[in-house]
Amino acid sequence: MNWDWEVFLQDPGGQHATYWQWLLSAWGWTLSVSLLALALALLMGFVIGMLRTLPDRPGWVLFGTGWTELFRNIPLLLQIFLWYHVIPALIPPLKELSGFTLVVLALGFFTSARISEQVYSGIKALPKGQRYAALAMGMTTAQSYRYVLLPCAFRIILPPLVNEMMGIVKNSSVAFAVSVSELTMFALQVQEETARGVEVYLAVTGLYIVSALAINRLMAWVERHVQIPGLQLSGAAGGGH
Amino acid sequence: MKKHLHYLALAMLTVSSPFALAEDTLAKIKASASLTEGVRESSGLSYTLGNGQYTGFHYDVCANIIADVKAHLGLAELKVNYQPVTSQNRIPLVQNGTVDLECGSTTNNIARQKDVAFALTTYVEEVKIAVKADSGITSIKDLAGKNIATTTGTTSVQTLRKHERAAGIDFKEVFGKDHADSFLLLESGRADAFVMDGSILAANIAKSKTPAGFKILSEVLAVEPIAIMLRKEDPAFKKVVDDSIKAQIKDGRLAKLWDKWFLQPIPPANVTIGLPLSEATKEAWANPNDKPTEDYAAKK
Repeated sequence: MNWDWEVFLQDPGGQHATYWQWLLSAWGWTLSVSLLALALALLMGFVIGMLRTLPDRPGWVLFGTGWTELFRNIPLLLQIFLWYHVIPALIPPLKELSGFTLVVLALGFFTSARISEQVYSGIKALPKGQRYAALAMGMTTAQSYRYVLLPCAFRIILPPLVNEMMGIVKNSSVAFAVSVSELTMFALQVQEETARGVEVYLAVTGLYIVSALAINRLMAWVERHVQIPGLQLSGAAGGGH
Repeated sequence: MKKHLHYLALAMLTVSSPFALAEDTLAKIKASASLTEGVRESSGLSYTLGNGQYTGFHYDVCANIIADVKAHLGLAELKVNYQPVTSQNRIPLVQNGTVDLECGSTTNNIARQKDVAFALTTYVEEVKIAVKADSGITSIKDLAGKNIATTTGTTSVQTLRKHERAAGIDFKEVFGKDHADSFLLLESGRADAFVMDGSILAANIAKSKTPAGFKILSEVLAVEPIAIMLRKEDPAFKKVVDDSIKAQIKDGRLAKLWDKWFLQPIPPANVTIGLPLSEATKEAWANPNDKPTEDYAAKK
């Protein structure tokens, strides 16, 4: 293998002066898609997961279950195409939305279904007595979720949740299919232009690893700091995964 | 630690050296009585019909070349193995000896000439613009500020980008993940134009629901010589291949193949691409050469 890393100093002949500047811009798009979709996924995931555990609200439970099953049973790439090609054909005003917005919605909703499943199981894993105790103390349903159920469930599901957060960075690679110039599109395009596929793929792989690992390390720190002495699962020392 | 790095550097050097060795392809073909042809799964000039069957314009050109190689070596039997290649792996597979003759649709350019050799140009591709027939767009100048579709992983993306910088025009590029996807962008109105190789545009329009609804502008954005690829530094093998191509040009077999593939209905859907022999291709056949795409750009 003859390495030629200087390929990143060449001029691609467009808005970027060199390939490495384009690479950084592509990394920026990957991070933007991932972080926005993650924010949407966490918000929707927690809301839907909570709805599915509401006592005496069969309508909301059904809605939450329907949401989860709809978004987690369709392949992600297919969902992207549905958002991009099919839904705008049915609802013309959506044609105005950029590929970026649509991919954030698609990736966010897809991941929200997976997170809602974790929130649901986290809340269900708590002893029933927790909810009853909260209500017996005079808390409203909302207060029982805010002060008792969610804080405990959050700590239980943190490890799989971190997995999901890292997964969203990797799943963001589907955005290339709807014209977002992120890392995967950079790799597909630039290896063709420069004929240096190995160097290009290695650089892109490195940036994906750095991005996902940064989330992992940040969340390991969060996990250590939200630990409640005596409440962690037996055998779990906290920190790593 | 430092010592380890030295060993690593040494190991890399050792690994890189076998690629520098030239190989005698003719001797290898003669000894094994077999040749490995690189084919494409789905490309304009070489594609599969399923069940390990391949076909296409370049596939047929190569079949003639292989017959000539067989005659040149005086072999009674020559077994042809088909190795499907992609645009990512075709160059490494030719370099490492897996593929002897790559008959896909590879653009001959200077960057690739560092790694491989190209036979005489058999097909010259012109990058063009497809628009809706009723759009009123007649030139690339009409496309300023408009959405232009093209396919990720193709040289057309680069062509468009360079045009943008040179002419100071601002396009909004939309990238399809494959040609069918890019064409859908044009068809659904998400894009006002589709910039791509002329043959691909013609094929997609021919296969569409309403072929009359689209037109290809005559303006040529870039010219790319497409050639059969072989190993570098093997002049004896290149001469046999080039002589075969020259003979095919001379006795009209190449022109007949053009007619078969671009003007007659072709499998699997029996649609006619309808692409007359271009001036650029005629020129390349009249003066057989293996010039890279950069020479074509300079001439324009």
